[in-house]
Amino acid sequence: MTTAPVTPELEQAAIRAESRRGFLIGLPAAFYLVLFFAIPLVLVFVYSFATRSSTGQTVLAEWNLESYQRLFTPGVLVIFLRSLLRASVTTAICLLFSYPFAYYMATRTPRVRNLMLIFVMIPFWSNFLVRTYAWRVLLGSDGPLSQLSQNLGGEPIRLLFTNSAVLIGLVYGFMPFMVLPLYAALERMDWRLVEAARDLYADGWTAFRKVTLPLSMPGVVAGSILVFIPSLGAYVTPALLGGAKTVGIGDYIVSQFLAARNWPFGSALSFGVMFVMLLATVYYFRAGAKTL
Amino acid sequence: MDRVLALNAWVLYVFFYAPILVLIFFSFNDNNNVAIWTEASFRWYGEMFQNDNVTSSLRNSLVVAFFSTIVSTVIGTLLAISLERYRFRGRGALDGLAYLPIIIPDVTMAVMLLIFFFQAFGIIDNLFGVRLNTGLLTITLAHIAFSISFVAVVVRARLAQLDDSLEEAAADLYAGRWQTFRKVTLPLIAPGVAGGALLALTLSLDDVVVTSFVSGSGATTLPVYVFGLVRRGVTPLINAVSTVMLVASMVLVGISLGFQRGAEARGQKLADPEALKLEMAID
Amino acid sequence: MANPAVELTGVTKRFGDEMVAVDGLDLSIEDGEFFSLLGPSGCGKTTTLRMIAGFEFPTEGSVRVHGTEMALKPPNERPINTVFQSYALFPHMTVAENVAFGLQMKKVEKSEIADRVKRVLDQVQLGRRADAKPSQLSGGMQQRVALARALVNEPEVLLLDEPLGALDLKLRQAMQVELKDLQTRVGITFVYVTHDQEEALTMSDRIGVMNEGRLLQVGRSEEIYEAPTSRFVADFIGEINLLDATVVGPDTARLGSGVEVGVPTGGAQAGTEVTLALRPERLSLFDLDEELPSGSNRLRVRVSRRMYFGDVYFYDVDAGLGAQIEVKEENRPGVELYDIGEEAYLVWSPQAANLVMA
Repeated sequence: MTTAPVTPELEQAAIRAESRRGFLIGLPAAFYLVLFFAIPLVLVFVYSFATRSSTGQTVLAEWNLESYQRLFTPGVLVIFLRSLLRASVTTAICLLFSYPFAYYMATRTPRVRNLMLIFVMIPFWSNFLVRTYAWRVLLGSDGPLSQLSQNLGGEPIRLLFTNSAVLIGLVYGFMPFMVLPLYAALERMDWRLVEAARDLYADGWTAFRKVTLPLSMPGVVAGSILVFIPSLGAYVTPALLGGAKTVGIGDYIVSQFLAARNWPFGSALSFGVMFVMLLATVYYFRAGAKTL
Repeated sequence: MDRVLALNAWVLYVFFYAPILVLIFFSFNDNNNVAIWTEASFRWYGEMFQNDNVTSSLRNSLVVAFFSTIVSTVIGTLLAISLERYRFRGRGALDGLAYLPIIIPDVTMAVMLLIFFFQAFGIIDNLFGVRLNTGLLTITLAHIAFSISFVAVVVRARLAQLDDSLEEAAADLYAGRWQTFRKVTLPLIAPGVAGGALLALTLSLDDVVVTSFVSGSGATTLPVYVFGLVRRGVTPLINAVSTVMLVASMVLVGISLGFQRGAEARGQKLADPEALKLEMAID
Repeated sequence: MANPAVELTGVTKRFGDEMVAVDGLDLSIEDGEFFSLLGPSGCGKTTTLRMIAGFEFPTEGSVRVHGTEMALKPPNERPINTVFQSYALFPHMTVAENVAFGLQMKKVEKSEIADRVKRVLDQVQLGRRADAKPSQLSGGMQQRVALARALVNEPEVLLLDEPLGALDLKLRQAMQVELKDLQTRVGITFVYVTHDQEEALTMSDRIGVMNEGRLLQVGRSEEIYEAPTSRFVADFIGEINLLDATVVGPDTARLGSGVEVGVPTGGAQAGTEVTLALRPERLSLFDLDEELPSGSNRLRVRVSRRMYFGDVYFYDVDAGLGAQIEVKEENRPGVELYDIGEEAYLVWSPQAANLVMA
């Protein structure tokens, strides 16, 4: 009548069987991600040390650091810096306008909030390319804005293909990425804390500065990263709205692969960008954590 | 103060919608010159549907999006389940690997996959003498690669919200593993799976950079084709095509919102790529 | 006893290398009894319940249900059903579908399922809400659905994991009575986990008190309350006064202040360090000039606090033993009240105290 009771070995076996099941379930994804993501990443790294032959082929044998050295030449650094500057300004502008917007949204009634959210999401969800293209139409020197300014007695607008155009395009494209995290953080906040601050004699502005702002920091950090990183590596926006003088790191990398056929250099650039982005992410997280 | 904030909000809404509305407006313009309004007509829409390039690239987009959505949703859901419900060796590494596609910029992704396919084709050529090429298949494979993680994040969020005693209750009531999954888990994560699928669909239809890198000279998708056109100049045809793309994506949004409303009460974050990144970043 | 409903032998559960949740538990639960596992949070009672249900795999030991070894079987193969603390009702199914779930899994005939579901829902007075979704029901109703969902399968043992925790006081008390009646009518063995000792005392046939993974005492409610065998059990159940003392002779012990009192010492040897466990309601206060009952223990004390609870008064008195002693006196007309600072005699019968070892 007695069957074998449980022993620690049996328990371990049961735990292992459970583990194995989990592993198998995740296997397709693991396989796919390793094959089409991890390995390609390694390949890029490998390529960054290779040489470009005179015909544009990549020679994998003659390993060197030339591509990385080229990263630090003035011509390239300028491009990096331009991108960094542009991304920073974009982030700042987005933050400047999004924070009041998100604050306003978060302090409305739930129905209004949801409505506002939907109307933010709709343009945001529509095709990115099309939205950027719309500015191409708008900013053209014979475009509607230009017509408008001329009708008002001014000059035609010459914004297209300048840095400002790219900036507008970036802000337009990525502002919702700033609004959403900010809104989420503010909506989650316990507003009773602000009430407590008022109860302790703080005026509106002080309460905001000492309670709301620090508590919404995670949202600020998240939004900043979500705007800064894509802005830094942006390709479509500068390609559509910018010109030869506004080349950022995104289109510079693309040109290495599609035009200049210098894959090792392009790879090194890609890694350089990833490195900068990693730094930015770490910096933002630290900065965000400090305010708390 | 409130009025200033309200004003700011309205300004932003105008900022968001004006370009789109202008675009739609001009797509009905019966004039070659994009900016001068002549009269309303459907001329460009007609031309659009007769343009072979447009229709074939549209068809490609849809085919790629269809397959990429299905595959990435299935794989992504499995990934979410394995990460959220199980412990195994290497889980941490898989977790990290799964997050990378979300934070990596698409330019880098494009570069990675281009080099990968190039190398892979070379190796296959050497081994089997078969010269493969980039095309719809490589585009689809690439889209799946970046979509899996997004699907997984959405489904995981939904799984995490699920009371795990529900699955225990099912077992307590004599349900086997598969039965529990089919009758309890799956129906309850269905909104998440649907949200993830919608996300994958959107990412695929939207993608420009990665697709242009891995599509080579053969097939092209609609956004890539439009991108090529735009670089050469603004035409009313593009306006029309853009409007169609716009309206289509908005309809998708509508469906997604409808889904998510029907399935869940308040507090459900809308499934979209950057909202997911924010979930990660804030938590 | 022949074929106990649940028999746990040497059951141990270890998590990782250090955390021992349940330590060598031996327990026999009789057929048809209402058995409660009582203890503070983290004592291992829920882990034990989960091992009976099958949600946890024991590290060691045997779990038998009516003689059959279950420890190696997954939960869906055990003739046991559970009422979860959070009810775990399937939100996407109606009440009727929830209740029918187990029967469907066992592939019972559709017509029979409908029949049984209707009957059990009527039993818990939810017949009219069969098509509602769980989210539309109140907490008390959800709890009854969870109960119905488990009972409809006619399990050999029903496990309940703190099912009344989420309800408010009045509802909880009403449900306690209902559950007890239900169990008596249906006759199924109930294993009930709770940290609320009043709940356990009122509902159970027998109680098992656990702490830190060990089963400290098993017995009827009266035994547990009146004759606790350990300091922990004495302290955990109800209010208790614990006085350190040393045995000086048969049925006599000396308190810390030097006073000797009468107490049943069993076979304890002189010189043994013991603890006297005294329930506050067994203590009485007498005026200094009143005649005291013969043979009673008496201590001269000073009242330091008096608390009014409506039906009773609680006094804290100082007997020079370090900690205060708590005395519970009924609030009856004519009963004398003592003021703070007043001196009195603390009186109790020698039989009223229990000796517990540490």
